[in-house]
Amino acid sequence: MSDLSALEAETLTAIAAAQDEAALETVRVASLGKKGSISALLATLGKMSPDERKSAGAQINALKDKVSDALTQRRSLLKDAALQMRLASETVDVTLPVRDSGIESGRIHPISQVMDELTAIFADLGFSIAEGPDVESDDYNFTRLNFPVGHPAREMHDTFFFNPNEAGERKLLRTHTSPVQVRTMLSQKPPIRVICPGRTYRCDSDQTHTPMFHQVEGLVIDKQANLGHLKWILEESCKAFFEVPHVKMRFRPSFFPFTEPSMEVDIQCSRKGGEIRFGEGDDWLEILGCGMVHPNVLRNCGVDPDEYQGFAWGMGIDRIAMLKYGMPDLRPFFEADVRWLSHYGFRPLDFPTLAGGLSA
Amino acid sequence: MKFTLSWLKDHLETSATANDIIETLTRIGLEVEHVDNPAEKLKDFVVAYVIDAKQHPNADRLRVCMVDAGLEAPVQVVCGAPNARTGIKSVFALPGAYIPAKNITLGKGVIRGVESNGMLCSAFELELSEDHDGIIELPEDATVGQRYADYAGLNEPVIEINLTPNRPDATGVHGIARDLAAAGLGRLKEREIKPLAASFPCPVSVMLDFASEDKHLAPQFALRLVRGVKNGPSPDWMQKRLKEIGLRPINALVDITNYMTFDRARPLHVFDAKKVAGNLVVRRAKSGEEILALDGKTYALDASHIVICDDKGVESIAGIMGGEASGCDETTTDVLIESALWDPLTIARAGRGLGIVSDARYRFERGIDPASVLPGLELATHLVLDICGGEASQITSVGEQPAGKANIEFPWSEVKRLTGLDLPTNDMAAILETLGFGVMRQAGNADRIFVQIPSWRPDVDGKADLVEEITRIAGLDRVTSTPLLRDEATIAKPILTLLQKRTRAARRALAARGLIEAVTWSFVSKERATLFGGGQPSLALANPIAADLSDMRPSLLPGLIGAVQRNADRGLGDVALFEVGQIFKGDGENDQRMSAAAVRRGTAKPAGTGRHWTGREASVDVFDAKADVLSLLNSLGVATGGLQLVAGGPSYLHPGRSGTLQFGPKNIIGYFGELHPRVLEDLDVQGPVVAFEIMLDEIPAPKAKPTKTKGKLEMSDFQPLERDFAFIVDRSVKAGDILRAAQGADKALISGANVFDIYEGTGIPEGKKSVGVSLTLQPRDKTLTDIEIEAVATKVVAEVTKKTGATLRG
Repeated sequence: MSDLSALEAETLTAIAAAQDEAALETVRVASLGKKGSISALLATLGKMSPDERKSAGAQINALKDKVSDALTQRRSLLKDAALQMRLASETVDVTLPVRDSGIESGRIHPISQVMDELTAIFADLGFSIAEGPDVESDDYNFTRLNFPVGHPAREMHDTFFFNPNEAGERKLLRTHTSPVQVRTMLSQKPPIRVICPGRTYRCDSDQTHTPMFHQVEGLVIDKQANLGHLKWILEESCKAFFEVPHVKMRFRPSFFPFTEPSMEVDIQCSRKGGEIRFGEGDDWLEILGCGMVHPNVLRNCGVDPDEYQGFAWGMGIDRIAMLKYGMPDLRPFFEADVRWLSHYGFRPLDFPTLAGGLSA
Repeated sequence: MKFTLSWLKDHLETSATANDIIETLTRIGLEVEHVDNPAEKLKDFVVAYVIDAKQHPNADRLRVCMVDAGLEAPVQVVCGAPNARTGIKSVFALPGAYIPAKNITLGKGVIRGVESNGMLCSAFELELSEDHDGIIELPEDATVGQRYADYAGLNEPVIEINLTPNRPDATGVHGIARDLAAAGLGRLKEREIKPLAASFPCPVSVMLDFASEDKHLAPQFALRLVRGVKNGPSPDWMQKRLKEIGLRPINALVDITNYMTFDRARPLHVFDAKKVAGNLVVRRAKSGEEILALDGKTYALDASHIVICDDKGVESIAGIMGGEASGCDETTTDVLIESALWDPLTIARAGRGLGIVSDARYRFERGIDPASVLPGLELATHLVLDICGGEASQITSVGEQPAGKANIEFPWSEVKRLTGLDLPTNDMAAILETLGFGVMRQAGNADRIFVQIPSWRPDVDGKADLVEEITRIAGLDRVTSTPLLRDEATIAKPILTLLQKRTRAARRALAARGLIEAVTWSFVSKERATLFGGGQPSLALANPIAADLSDMRPSLLPGLIGAVQRNADRGLGDVALFEVGQIFKGDGENDQRMSAAAVRRGTAKPAGTGRHWTGREASVDVFDAKADVLSLLNSLGVATGGLQLVAGGPSYLHPGRSGTLQFGPKNIIGYFGELHPRVLEDLDVQGPVVAFEIMLDEIPAPKAKPTKTKGKLEMSDFQPLERDFAFIVDRSVKAGDILRAAQGADKALISGANVFDIYEGTGIPEGKKSVGVSLTLQPRDKTLTDIEIEAVATKVVAEVTKKTGATLRG
């Protein structure tokens, strides 16, 4: 059987020598293919005597198995090597920079963000969002809010006016969000709970004032809302808004034409290194004006002041944004400098919720 | 309103400390704005003696002084004041002293080669007056080395309160003392004012010359002559008080009127009787009249001003400022003292119109106590007689004190109803009475009283005002915080309207595309408003704050484009901004729209900005704007089935690179496109700039549905297949029309259509283009046979040919 040994040695050498899968296939065809050397040997079995066939058959089949295994092993080896080569050739420089998608570079303006924060807080307390036009009538902006004739706010140096229209009416840009109170009371019966965020205007422009700014106003009208409730609403909403466990507030008697009694509210804070912190310190910061809705205002809006009562408050959205997020100046809010907007703005998915916290 | 503690104690018997008083003032609504203790800021200044003053060797205008400041040795100082001379006493500061007026801390110096160890000071440098012509000169008996503040008696804290406009009574120290007494800080000292027994009548008469509808302008006017007065400087105590609150003493008669203004909130005027010709007439001024007022300026008058005239003409502007011609000076021997009432509104307008800020105007425009005319005149006369001597005439008075307000019917329970504060009625009554209100109890009704309003409180006229009086004095800190929970015990309900939801979502959707939200002015220049379809007269401000902020914006684009250019000017040219905000179509109630707009400039494309190794740098184009707006609509969940896109847009967009979005021709929701080059030129903006703007309130609301169920999901068991077509069409044919025609060929089977190629050039006839269209066929109930597919393809070609004149590319 030295023929078989020689064939075995020859074939295994050829397998080991095959450098790629194509060469290996050639070896397979030459040995195990239809006309291959081992296939030829197997074909001789048919002509043998049973005894011869028995012993030669076992030997030839053993050779066939051996060659098959060697082929399989070699194939797997070559496949791995080929894959290695491919992977090496496919290597890229993963340190190359990728482009930002919009979701990273886009920004929400702090004013919009704060409005969304306020919405989250007050929706939870059952308040709706009421809105009204920026171009208002003198009646809704002043008269129904109990501003006396001749009040300085009604003069050109404080308020933006339009020229009188054909009907002789002189429209103006609302100087506060309070006309929305009037509109709400005229269009809906108590109980009323609304906040009115919006854009407001005054003829004022200096370091700390811009001719356009934003206010939010709250209004509660029912049969029992009193100063105690107002205090609670303000304390709770300020805690929630500034995201601090407690705040200390100081209510000072003050004067507004549309509330009686009227108050200004200071919030206790500390100022360290340009940072304002609430709920600590011994400084006071004026933050809002409020009061019980003046009986004249209720009457002017068709509400009987002996049956219903309520309170209102108002504060600057831009201002509370500055206090919470630390912008030092008001003017850049409206300058649209992308450096400022990218820094102080919020990411698109920073949606304020009470469940997840107002800010990230 | 400013006053000192010792002045307050003239009216308030109290043992309270300065701090108690300051805290209480703020607590009861008289907010303390400043407490200024001059001794504090003047602590480094001492009285000094100039032993010797020599000419500076190197400077004509400087002197070298040896100064004795009470120290061990004299100090050498270089001084530039013309009056720095040997032998005078002045005020001196050593190095290290803080100079308030200059906001500097003094250092040692060498001035033109001569050492200088301190400073001889002017009144200006000590913030005592505007006088900086020379150093302060003190009398010879001033004690060298004594602190100047102690020497000058400037050691009295000055309290300044920020008075709300409703409290004219607190424009005088007496009124402030009354509030403090009510708050439990002491007892108000009332001074009985006895009318003088005068022996001769006032020789000057007064006439109120007003039409019947103008009677309210000057309800009452009283006058008295004091003859034989000696008008020198006022006494030291009075000068000191006036100086402490920042007033300049002038002469005794004038100082007395100023003193009464601050002490009693009762402004008065004094005329030198010898300079008054004939009798006085009070009337509206006439156009063309003018007056040289006591501030040295001449004011042109008209019928909106009330004036006091004699035979020569206008002598005084009522309630605001007197005239120079009849003013009192050291030569005055006979003085006419005026005490009057004026209409607050008229005084406010006249004062504002004339631009005169005076202590009299400040009080008259808030409303002087109408009962103070005669008592005020009596009190002033006492002061004149005490200080200047002389003999007083009887009072001549015309007009009368206006009737007081009706009593208020007040249930004590009103306090609890509005504040939640439960106070004993006796405490409440005590507060009202100490404030000067009359409390009249009703027999048989413990809750209901009548309250008489004191004449000095024009701000009080209803129940709520009384609640405020009681609460502010009792203390707002006593009001307890009371939870105001939601009405129903339910989970919080949604509260936003559709527009509010869309407005909020629009911001997040646009930001998620890499756009940065800007908030720009609601007003733009007329030129810009006009370019963007606005500029109508009804939306032009009558009093704009600046020419470029004159008209309400008709669109968000002018503001955003301006902002983009400002960024470009700072070197940030590739900018993508958006805004969601109001625009104005007219001045009517319903002419305001909620708009969403975005602007991209340079290479600020949605996929990224600027150069990048992955591909070529490209400029923004109309399709970026289109992608932004369609992405927004889809993010808002708008059903875009009925949305039509029409080529072209408003005049500010490139006519060939813009589109209009509409739900039918009468429901245009907005536009997108490249900015018109001429508009960019007009705006002085460098392109390329693309933009879109849609009005959120014009987008149709979704159909109301009874449940939240989503429509049934239909998924075919059969694989979709794609077929490509290449059509040759005229260059002007719209791809959208080809796609619509192709899809229309078999709406059931064709589930998608896209353009995968546009080609013009070699192989395509001039004026034509090749459009490669890929259609997705989605079999529903069986696999399609080749014949069926072929039939659909034939129908597609036929339909596209019919609608667009296309031929299939060979």
